[in-house]
Amino acid sequence: MSEEGELTTIRCTIDGRPHEHRCHPLASALDFLRYVAGLTATKEGCKEGECGACAITLDGVVVNSCVVPAAHLQGRRVGTVEGLSRPDELSALQKAFLECGGAQCGICTPGMLVTGARLLEEGERLTEARIREHMAGNLCRCTGYGKIVESLLRASEEER
Amino acid sequence: MRARLAGFSLERPGTLDEALGMLAASKERLTLLAGGTDLYVYLNAGVARPGRWLDLWGLDELRGIHEVGDHVVLGALTTYTELRASELVRGALPLLAQAAATVGAVAIQNRGTLGGNIANGSPAGDSLPPLLAYDAEIGLRSARGRRFVPFDRFYTGYRASVAAPDELIEQIRIPLGAGSGSRACRFVKVGTRAAQAISKVVAAFVLGRGADGSIDHCRAAFGSVAPTPVRLRRLEQHVIGKRIDPALIRTSSDVLLSEIAPIDDIRSTARYRRFVARTAWQRFMEEIPGH
Amino acid sequence: MRLVGTSAPRAEGEAKLTGRARYVDDLPLTDFLWGLTVRSTIPYGRILSVDFDAGADWSGVTIVTAKDVPGKNVVVLLEQDQPILAADRVMHREEPIVLLAHRDRDRLWELASRVRIEYERWEPVLDIDASLALEQRLFKDDNVFKAIRIDKGDVEAAFARAARVFERTYETGLQEQAYIENQGMVATWDAAAGRLEVVGSMQCPYYVLKGLCPIMGLAPEQVVVEQAATGGAFGGKEDYPTILAAHASLLSYKSGKTVKMIYDRVEDLVATTKRHPCRTRIRTALDASGSILAMDVDATMDGGAYCTLSPVVLSRGTIHAGGPYNFENIRVESRVVATNTPPNGAFRGFGAPQTIFAMERHMDNLARELGRAPHELREEYLLRPGQTTAFSQNVGDDVYALDIQREAVARTRFEERRRECEEFNRSSRWERRGIGLATFLHGAGFTGNGEVVLDSRLKVEVTADGLVQIYSANTEMGQGKDTTFSQIAADSMGLPMARVRIITPNTARVPNSGPTVASRTAMVVGYLVQEACGAVRKALEAHAGRTWRDPDDFASLAAAHHRERGALEGWSRYEPPPGKVWDDKVYRGAAYGAYAWACYVAAVRVRLDTLEVTVESFDAFQEVGRVLNPVIAEGQIEGGVVQGIGYALCEEVKMKDGAMANANFTNYIIPTFADVPAVKVHFAERPYPFGPFGAKGIGELPMDGPGPALASALTHALGVEVNRIPATPEHLLELLGNE
Ligand SMILES: Cc1cc2nc3c(=O)[nH]c(=O)nc-3n(C[C@H](O)[C@H](O)[C@H](O)COP(=O)(O)OP(=O)(O)OC[C@H]3O[C@@H](n4cnc5c(N)ncnc54)[C@H](O)[C@@H]3O)c2cc1C
Ligand code: FES
Ligand code: FES
Repeated sequence: MSEEGELTTIRCTIDGRPHEHRCHPLASALDFLRYVAGLTATKEGCKEGECGACAITLDGVVVNSCVVPAAHLQGRRVGTVEGLSRPDELSALQKAFLECGGAQCGICTPGMLVTGARLLEEGERLTEARIREHMAGNLCRCTGYGKIVESLLRASEEER
Repeated sequence: MRARLAGFSLERPGTLDEALGMLAASKERLTLLAGGTDLYVYLNAGVARPGRWLDLWGLDELRGIHEVGDHVVLGALTTYTELRASELVRGALPLLAQAAATVGAVAIQNRGTLGGNIANGSPAGDSLPPLLAYDAEIGLRSARGRRFVPFDRFYTGYRASVAAPDELIEQIRIPLGAGSGSRACRFVKVGTRAAQAISKVVAAFVLGRGADGSIDHCRAAFGSVAPTPVRLRRLEQHVIGKRIDPALIRTSSDVLLSEIAPIDDIRSTARYRRFVARTAWQRFMEEIPGH
Repeated sequence: MRLVGTSAPRAEGEAKLTGRARYVDDLPLTDFLWGLTVRSTIPYGRILSVDFDAGADWSGVTIVTAKDVPGKNVVVLLEQDQPILAADRVMHREEPIVLLAHRDRDRLWELASRVRIEYERWEPVLDIDASLALEQRLFKDDNVFKAIRIDKGDVEAAFARAARVFERTYETGLQEQAYIENQGMVATWDAAAGRLEVVGSMQCPYYVLKGLCPIMGLAPEQVVVEQAATGGAFGGKEDYPTILAAHASLLSYKSGKTVKMIYDRVEDLVATTKRHPCRTRIRTALDASGSILAMDVDATMDGGAYCTLSPVVLSRGTIHAGGPYNFENIRVESRVVATNTPPNGAFRGFGAPQTIFAMERHMDNLARELGRAPHELREEYLLRPGQTTAFSQNVGDDVYALDIQREAVARTRFEERRRECEEFNRSSRWERRGIGLATFLHGAGFTGNGEVVLDSRLKVEVTADGLVQIYSANTEMGQGKDTTFSQIAADSMGLPMARVRIITPNTARVPNSGPTVASRTAMVVGYLVQEACGAVRKALEAHAGRTWRDPDDFASLAAAHHRERGALEGWSRYEPPPGKVWDDKVYRGAAYGAYAWACYVAAVRVRLDTLEVTVESFDAFQEVGRVLNPVIAEGQIEGGVVQGIGYALCEEVKMKDGAMANANFTNYIIPTFADVPAVKVHFAERPYPFGPFGAKGIGELPMDGPGPALASALTHALGVEVNRIPATPEHLLELLGNE
């Protein structure tokens, strides 16, 4: 990570915990999380906003962290996959992924879970079409998507 | 990231006035940062211009969707998600709501802004043909004041516009009647895939007919068929005063083809773009009820 | 409780679902340098000079060129034609020339732009035709990395008596693996200990080890290679990781520091291997009644600038070219040639998707020509028990082609739906529908004597506290190997899965159980797991004089063994199934121990105003021996089918001046959630005696079918032969020819 240029102090909460780190304000939020804060759960797939592996929530809104400046985390609530489960228990969505085979190589999984969890929070009964639309910005090369759709459907049933 | 960040800095004004002051005072051209969904692609690829960036994202003055007099006014920072969710936009400007729904996917729609789409000036920008079809005006703002530029005179060439270095896009203004009522309209996007797709051809059509069935209003706007988004004025004029029939569909299609100049690039071919531009228009005309 | 056959949850699933799994870019490192590669900007020419801009700040930068290679500057694979760093000549765009390392990653790209390389440019050879025309001599005298010929019956005589000849040419393009985790490697050279450690994203740790030793001038004992969690591979991490590992190692060797190299998406796309493009011409001799007398297949693949694994890819492609058919007379001639483009390499299916595309499209075109339904014509020629393949392997009873096609045709209502589409097409103004199928086979494991040469070994150890540990070099990259191995071991030992542990593939700890490629892991290595467990089991039972009642009892028996006899291990070693003979010289015989048989059915809807294609349904029927874990097996098939849908419809590598012009995820178009239907997977099971609990390999199979099934569905919809993939809307427009 850049150690030159005008650095700034970014203060935010990540998965409920306060963080404070110095970095360049234009470093991507993804690089900030991974290389400055040392939180590697959020993945890089493309760095062009295209694959969704880097998806996080910012004040509850799903964004691709590779196309968000670290400066925009200032004072905000950041959510990553690490905030989805309690230390000893997977969330309903994570459990559904485990049962339905929603994760294979796992590299897209953190982004899938963050994006999918947001959809579940909307509370409506999910349909396959709704899932395919909402998740379309998250690329997966392993699963062919079907098992991820099933996972979301199952989690949605479970939450009811 | 392929850019070396040491060559970049970021200003974060707290108010619009502060931002305008910085723009006025700066000798170099500042790079305006909104949602960053274009700029970060450039930055990560190492092709962004180094220098000072000015962050607009925190300026709430640039947000909001309102009805003001007989206009809909959209703040430059309006995101695609907000466009999709707005009752006003869905009702009065359905083509814009539809366009917003086809941009990238959810995470991009949450960050990408209308002002950014306009200023970025890609001929493939999906919101741009609807804005042309709705006779939008771009509200430019600087410390010197505010001015409105009709959107069809905003671009001066490939990714070049009339905006001065000290100006930013403050708002987009659209006459309330532009899209409404009995007029037929259609948004067409032909992208590289069903989502996360850049347009190969994008179009917006609005067409109104008088009591006798003859066409009294027509807007046909296209993206990705020329260096800038374009309104096909000759096509529009050609159909005015006429009734829709197979002959008109045929002759107007010929006019359309003479008015566009698409190219081959890594996303598609000129030939395909011409084909799609024509069929999009044909199908729109054919499917207008009661013709 | 039996675990095999159940959908036991993924062994490493929880780590992946919580973000705890460590991929190479996640490994905690202290005091390391980032590495970067400076690559050629021309496709072919001589390097005249390499200069480092005096205006740039080179302090703290480690620079490696070909001169710094301590051992031999060569990537040892099948040939020794590829240098690890180009020294005096470049053979393709993006060929590595200089390596840089620095503490600050941000500075590297700028520094790379300050390395000035002067070239003498030579006219490049950029396609198959230019290569065969010998416009330049790139490899030996003929530019041919490998040529193969298969003969069955008397093709010449059949053509001589033919009433007519039906000929077509089929083309398939480059395809990118597009694993979502880019390639990455971390290397640490410990000069004091004389030891090199490499960790990274890879399929085959022992390949990397074998490749590193000559380059670094080190003995195998001095090198340790470990796999990090790997975010997809699909063949793309079979051969290429050796190169990246060597680059990181060279930088570490020179700097004395740990060096980490992680490609970004653009670099991964432009620089790493892709699926070989292929052009196949098929001529068919027909008699007066329309019966097939002979097939004459001629396939040419583009290997790129260096040989890499091309001969093996060609081999599998050639063997699969005849499809699941019994043609009395068939000849397959094939070759893979050199061009000045980045080397092509392994990709799921390994040559078979290309030739199967050609054969299945050809059968479809023939049926159309003869006015017959596609499945009917195929039925006539599909292999029956006791018949022989194109490479003269008598399939005995292990043949399921006819059954699987019949099942697919019946259960998808193929005939009715064909008629429904045709009906629809007569009345629809703006849409066309079509349905198509492809019937095929895919051999599991290495070809011919390959498995014997590999001589795989595997170890199972029982610890004093009763854990069963599996030591194998095979890697988990999403395909579920950790889980299926655990299931096999648990069932073999009569224990729950929680008692099984998979040891991380690390060459210092695990024996060489062969590469994780060629659909061999579950079938070939899984069998070794079963056998090694059998050996341990026997040893423990012999010592205890009885078998165990439950896991606790097992643990106490194991503890007793440790106390009284010491460590408890079982080994297994590959043995070829009896009676399988392969003759590599004439390409005849038992090419594979087992085949999976499949029939895929695809239905499409095409918009006439845009020629955009929607895949309306996709049904994948296959016979796979035994399904070890239904959820994992379905996931393999579904993922492969979607990759195949991309191959068929939208994935196009656009080459310009010898380099990929659309090298990013914005422009290299892989399918999203919104582009594909729910793939329906149907398994038939007929246990294979030499697979674990009867299983056959299925990893590559699903890549073969979508291309031809979709192209046939498009042909059905549009009434024009679609003989090239990707069948993009632009290509369909060319075929339809309207402006
Ligand atoms: C994965 C992905 C998918 C995408 N898909 C689509 C798509 O389908 N269709 C499409 O049209 N676009 C697409 N885009 C492009 C992009 O999202 C849009 O152009 C978006 O509207 C840009 O808005 P932004 O706020 O993010 O712009 P930024 O990146 O912040 O800025 C873009 C440009 O506009 C300038 N700018 C921004 N705001 C102002 C202002 N108020 N006044 C003056 N100048 C300003 C900036 O200086 C910059 O030059 C995609 C991008 C990504 C990464
Ligand atoms: S890494 Fe951010 S979208 Fe791919
Ligand atoms: S599980 Fe591998 S990319 Fe999705």
